[in-house]
Amino acid sequence: MRLTILVPLLPLAGAAILLLSGKRWRGSSAGWLATGLVAAGFVVTLILFFRLLGQPPQHRRYVAHFFDWIQVGTFRVALDLRDDPLSIVMALTVTGVGSLIHLYAIDYMHGDPRFTRFFAYMNLFVFFMLTLVLANNFLVLYLGWEGVGLCSYLLIGFWFDRPAAANAAKKAFITTRIGDSAFLIGIIAIWVHFGSLDFGKVFGAAPGLANGTATVLALLLFAGAVGKSAQLPLHVWLPDAMEGPTPVSALIHAATMVTAGVYLVVRTHRIFEASSSALTIVAVVGIVTAIYAGLCAIGQDDIKRMLAYSTISQLGFMFFGAGVRAYGAAIFLLVTHAFFKACLFLSAGAVMHGLPDEETDLLRMGGLSRLMRVTALAWVVSAAAMAGIPPLSGFFSKDQVISAASLAGREALWVAALAGALLTAVYMGRATFLAFFGESRHDGHPHDPPPAMRWVLVVLGAGAAVAGVLGLSAGGGALLRFLKPVVGPPAERVAGPPEAVLSLISVIAALAGIGLAAFVYLSGRFDWQAFRARFAGARQTLARGFYVNDVYAGAIVAPAKAGAAFLAYLVDDRVIDGAVNGVGGSFRRLAGVGRLLQAGLVRRYALAFAAGAVGILVYVAVRL
Amino acid sequence: MRTPISYFLLVSGTLFTIGTIGVLLRRNALIIFMSIELQLNAVNLALVAFSRQNGNLTGQVLTFFSMVVAAAEVVVGLAIIVSLYRKRRSVDVDDARMLKW
Amino acid sequence: MADWVAFWVIAPIAVVSAGAMVVSRNAVHAALLLIVNFFTLAVFFLILGSEFLFVVQIIVYAGAIMVLFLFVIMLLGVDREVGLGEQLKGQRVLASLLGVGLLAEVVAAVRLGVGLRRSALPDFRAVNQGGNVQALARVLFNHFFLPFEITSVLLIVAAIGAMLHGRRHVGDEETIDALPEAEEVAAK
Repeated sequence: MRLTILVPLLPLAGAAILLLSGKRWRGSSAGWLATGLVAAGFVVTLILFFRLLGQPPQHRRYVAHFFDWIQVGTFRVALDLRDDPLSIVMALTVTGVGSLIHLYAIDYMHGDPRFTRFFAYMNLFVFFMLTLVLANNFLVLYLGWEGVGLCSYLLIGFWFDRPAAANAAKKAFITTRIGDSAFLIGIIAIWVHFGSLDFGKVFGAAPGLANGTATVLALLLFAGAVGKSAQLPLHVWLPDAMEGPTPVSALIHAATMVTAGVYLVVRTHRIFEASSSALTIVAVVGIVTAIYAGLCAIGQDDIKRMLAYSTISQLGFMFFGAGVRAYGAAIFLLVTHAFFKACLFLSAGAVMHGLPDEETDLLRMGGLSRLMRVTALAWVVSAAAMAGIPPLSGFFSKDQVISAASLAGREALWVAALAGALLTAVYMGRATFLAFFGESRHDGHPHDPPPAMRWVLVVLGAGAAVAGVLGLSAGGGALLRFLKPVVGPPAERVAGPPEAVLSLISVIAALAGIGLAAFVYLSGRFDWQAFRARFAGARQTLARGFYVNDVYAGAIVAPAKAGAAFLAYLVDDRVIDGAVNGVGGSFRRLAGVGRLLQAGLVRRYALAFAAGAVGILVYVAVRL
Repeated sequence: MRTPISYFLLVSGTLFTIGTIGVLLRRNALIIFMSIELQLNAVNLALVAFSRQNGNLTGQVLTFFSMVVAAAEVVVGLAIIVSLYRKRRSVDVDDARMLKW
Repeated sequence: MADWVAFWVIAPIAVVSAGAMVVSRNAVHAALLLIVNFFTLAVFFLILGSEFLFVVQIIVYAGAIMVLFLFVIMLLGVDREVGLGEQLKGQRVLASLLGVGLLAEVVAAVRLGVGLRRSALPDFRAVNQGGNVQALARVLFNHFFLPFEITSVLLIVAAIGAMLHGRRHVGDEETIDALPEAEEVAAK
């Protein structure tokens, strides 16, 4: 029971050690320490997992109380950690994929002057993420939530002497802050309404909520998720966050932090279910984001930005799944996405490494499959998984999410989801063909990365391939059965075609997308460069994310900056500084007048004596 | 004695005033010093006049002591002026501005 | 009667010499005028019945102190003409005002105190029994013995102090820069 605390504590210890004794770690040893601690966390989590399995399904829940954290009047919050299927699945993903990414980063960040600091931050991040997923009450969850936001800022802006990186870190933090503020209000509202922040108590009482209250609470929580998981309209920070090192992009902005929003919605689903409209809003936001991001991904030339938009799109799918009550499927997609997206990012990192100037432009790659066999294989497998090609993992997970819509009788949403899947296949195909096939348009010497990095790619790629075994079918999949005590059983089929038909349609959509991409970019029968030039305007719109960023810059950022400038230059400089300096200045003037008395001239002093004497005499004379 | 004591006191007062003005208006340190001596003497005169009026010798004793102290004071004061002169080559009192802010 | 004549002869001399000393440009002239003033004061002491002080005034003040002054004036060579221009603003006005005020006060004080008219004076011959010197000695060495001794200590201290001040130190030739006008005056 008490073992649970070890899981977050191990990486915290790593972070503390590395931050406090940073200079003493030579070479890559800091990296090995960090990786080892996260891997140890994975082992402990596995032990917890098997312990859970040893219990019958209804009893798979342990709450470990560590200490009473806050006790103010009736407000009591304890530091409690919760072992239940959902949190263990998340913890396994975080520690498992996390330790692999740490291993990759040892070679990737080799030679960086702040190598030790990097791993300290990475471990700190893992600590906060684990706190988030293992929390048993809203406040501990929020602690982890804020902590991962902090680490994201630190890691995006790791190369802080680059202005683009520093700005991206700022943007990420501020944008997610908007969501976080709503989340905090939601937490306060929960406490006001339920009198407790403990998950057990809140979710037990949740079904009894009035519709309006439930909607408000759910939407506040969802706002936090929108910020952290980069959904519309708070998605703008994620593409810019690619300024950070590639392992950071893989860990934080693909596999773990951004999935915290999905986790939150799934964890608090009872509140959402008490409202008639909240889940629909979640689903709609999710699918709209997925389609929007998919379109933008088609227009990106930078490989990492394309992957960023792809992440936004896949997260949209996860929210979509949660919105149609397919919580298990959403989590399943989360897990498989962690594998293949991390693999894609790390492969991209290997590609960038081998080209001059860390090239990220797809138009300047090409034909890499001949030169980087392992990387290319890992990429292709992960890309196919993402597109949803059977029998890879992505097929199972994504297919279940999409089908869930139809099974719930919401055909319009199902069609939209299919469109999203098509787009996914198209942009992944485009990127794959442009980068790895065709003639080479580059100069450098791309080669497969060093062994440690290669090995990680292989493991992640294999995971992307075979993880589908975890959820072979919606009703019978192992993962979904495992999650049942927490999220409820998968919804029964209400209407529409049977599951097999739906799966077939999904596969056809995926293949169609890939085929289209192959025709355009690979076959040589389509002059895509001319097409690109002709529709430059449309391409620009897609590349700039439908100009959402620019709209924000004009409508929100510029007035905010003007307001800040007003406050800084007028209020702060003139009024406040003026008042303070004015007080000081008036003293100086006063003293300036006063010091004229001290001219050092003896005769002036004599005059003063005489005047004083005369004065006293007058006084005495008058008195007498 | 036919002269009223008050006349002596008025003379004393006049001399004292003249001495004060001399202290305030002259720049030469030696002349200032001499004006101070004038003031002291004016006071001595007043003391002796009061002694005569009161019919005892206390005033005269005080005058005696005043003279002694004045002598000592002159000695030390002149030594100071000589020192200052050696440093600054000037006895102008306005030049001794080292107490200035 | 004699004192009346003496007073009215001596008093103007006293006042005039004092005034002339204060406005004199030549330091030696000022010293000499002050000596004249001291002589007049000595006569006043005599009129007022203090023969001892009459003599002591001449011997100590006019004879010792003023001679000391003249020594210093000659030593420093500052007997030349010194400008009377006033550099400090308002000093003259204020000093004049103060002077007038002071004088007015003295007049008022005398009027309030002794009174401007003649009044009866005690018999001083009884006081000066055996001569002024003996009478003074009687008072001095009986009632004022302690101050007397202390004063002698004071004289010794003053002498030592003056001697220390007047020593020549090593490196005494450096000077702190005085104002340019003073340097011109000193150079002339």
